[in-house]
Amino acid sequence: MKQQGTFTSFLGQRWAALFFVLELLFFSVLAGGFFSLNGIQIVLFYSTTLALLATAETLVIVTGGIDLSVGFVMGFASVVSAKLAVALSQRGASPETAVTLAIVLTLAIGLLPGLINGLLVARLKVPPFLATFSVQGITYGISLLFTQNGQASGVPNLANAIGNGYVLHFVAGRGFSLFTQPKVQFGTFSLDILPTMVVVTVIVIAVAAFLLKRTRFGQHTYAIGGNIDAAIRAGINTRRHLVAIYMISSFLATLSGIIYMLEYVTGKSDAGSSFMLDSVVAVVIGGASLFGGIGTVWRTLLGVLILSVLEMGLKMMGVQTFDKYIAVGIILIFAVLIDQFFPELVHKED
Amino acid sequence: MGYLLEVKNITKRFGGLVAVNNVSLGVNAGEVVGLLGDNGAGKSTLIKVISGVYRAEEGHIFFRDREVQINSPMDALAMGIETIYQDLALAENLNTPANIFLGREKMKRVLGVLNVLDHAYMQSESRQVLEKLDILIPSLRNRIRALSGGQRQAVAISRSIYWDAKFLIMDEPTAALGVAEQKKVIDTINLLKSHGLGIIVISHQMHDVFQVADRMIIMRRGEKAGELITKQTNPDEVVSLIVGAETVKN
Repeated sequence: MKQQGTFTSFLGQRWAALFFVLELLFFSVLAGGFFSLNGIQIVLFYSTTLALLATAETLVIVTGGIDLSVGFVMGFASVVSAKLAVALSQRGASPETAVTLAIVLTLAIGLLPGLINGLLVARLKVPPFLATFSVQGITYGISLLFTQNGQASGVPNLANAIGNGYVLHFVAGRGFSLFTQPKVQFGTFSLDILPTMVVVTVIVIAVAAFLLKRTRFGQHTYAIGGNIDAAIRAGINTRRHLVAIYMISSFLATLSGIIYMLEYVTGKSDAGSSFMLDSVVAVVIGGASLFGGIGTVWRTLLGVLILSVLEMGLKMMGVQTFDKYIAVGIILIFAVLIDQFFPELVHKED
Repeated sequence: MGYLLEVKNITKRFGGLVAVNNVSLGVNAGEVVGLLGDNGAGKSTLIKVISGVYRAEEGHIFFRDREVQINSPMDALAMGIETIYQDLALAENLNTPANIFLGREKMKRVLGVLNVLDHAYMQSESRQVLEKLDILIPSLRNRIRALSGGQRQAVAISRSIYWDAKFLIMDEPTAALGVAEQKKVIDTINLLKSHGLGIIVISHQMHDVFQVADRMIIMRRGEKAGELITKQTNPDEVVSLIVGAETVKN
């Protein structure tokens, strides 16, 4: 039993990592410009918004729920933050004040959809699928009400400087510099290495991963997903915990929307429409169980990278986007089947 | 020196239905009492009154020579009255230490500001309590899902013991177990008894109750139908009390 299980168990646990390596090799050979600093930056940059949504989804799925609102909460947040930044600067605020205040206010407003989700699920016992689906519709509707054709533009250019800035630069002869872009003479070799938004995203995800893996809050999140009755009998306040989880999810989706607004210098109500499915797919590829109780943030991140490499790799190869949907569908079926047929191999230890 | 746990004249009604009618019983420290009865005889209701799930309309509960009010499961737990239900209340996705410490996790401080789970401490404490109960779990890191029914039962018992249970109520502890594992559970119950715990075992398995109980209390239609010393009775007598044949004979 043990001998026979070793290889399949290895595959069961590592297929996503193996797939990722094969995917990298495939596109490095076939997609021009993929295997380069710029190619990597493009993939990571594209990953930021999806990674935050998938992290949010991981927390919710571990409790045994699902949050279908993250994609449109993201769009909602991008619109709200853009509108606020525009309104504030029109009333005479400096770009710095306008953008900062818009971000802070949006983060606060962004807790509301999560509060509603949490109360519906934890207090009123609405199935998470329905509760978050309703909230998705409401946030989408509101962000359309605020905008013509769903777009909010005219954001101060400072947003662009932040959203598309770099925290690490390299200049030939002078070495590395942090934060400020060095002024270079024409012809000097210089590189922008680490995009600011990638760094921000990694920090936020690391905090979420720490929360889930190392803290009492995280442990209770797993317990609720594993056996909510056991959690209740152990004295855990499961209602309050679930409300907190949906609010964190909504907070991360809001942050994702703000980052979108900074990166594209515009708000778009359907900015995250395709991410609703992708965020769930990334979590499932990461080995989480849709029945709850199992999943980690770092493994979800692997799922995110697999999807981002696929998206950007195919784009660089000049392949139509509908091929991406077919590929994502096949990967999803594959992931679910592995989870279905080899659960003991994949989830033996924590 | 009275009983460790004694209930007197407990009555519990659900609307017009009298689920438990004026029942009294006592359990000594270091004693196992078997609670028997047919489905609907009121065993579970009585147990739930003791463990704080239900509140009785009438009656008194005495624990360690003092009258106590048990208004919630948390009250019972705080006194050291632990109930191990048939479903065991384990999170199957977590491992043994995580379940033993569920809701009461041990934390440690890192970098001066962050509180994180102290896995090493919880693991070594779990290992100690399992050893004390002579229970073997292949790997403490395995999720409960990967353990057998008997091992899960053992984890649930260990959790109660670790948190200083003085009194244990076990609902069908041997149901759904293989023969070897049933024997192991009975050994564990005997060990706990020798440690001075008071134990109530609810079971349908007459054979197990005869092996483990010092006394038996038989309930029928919400009332106490009889109380027998195990050594002075036999399965036939118990069965006749359960189904009520004795009263017909008289």
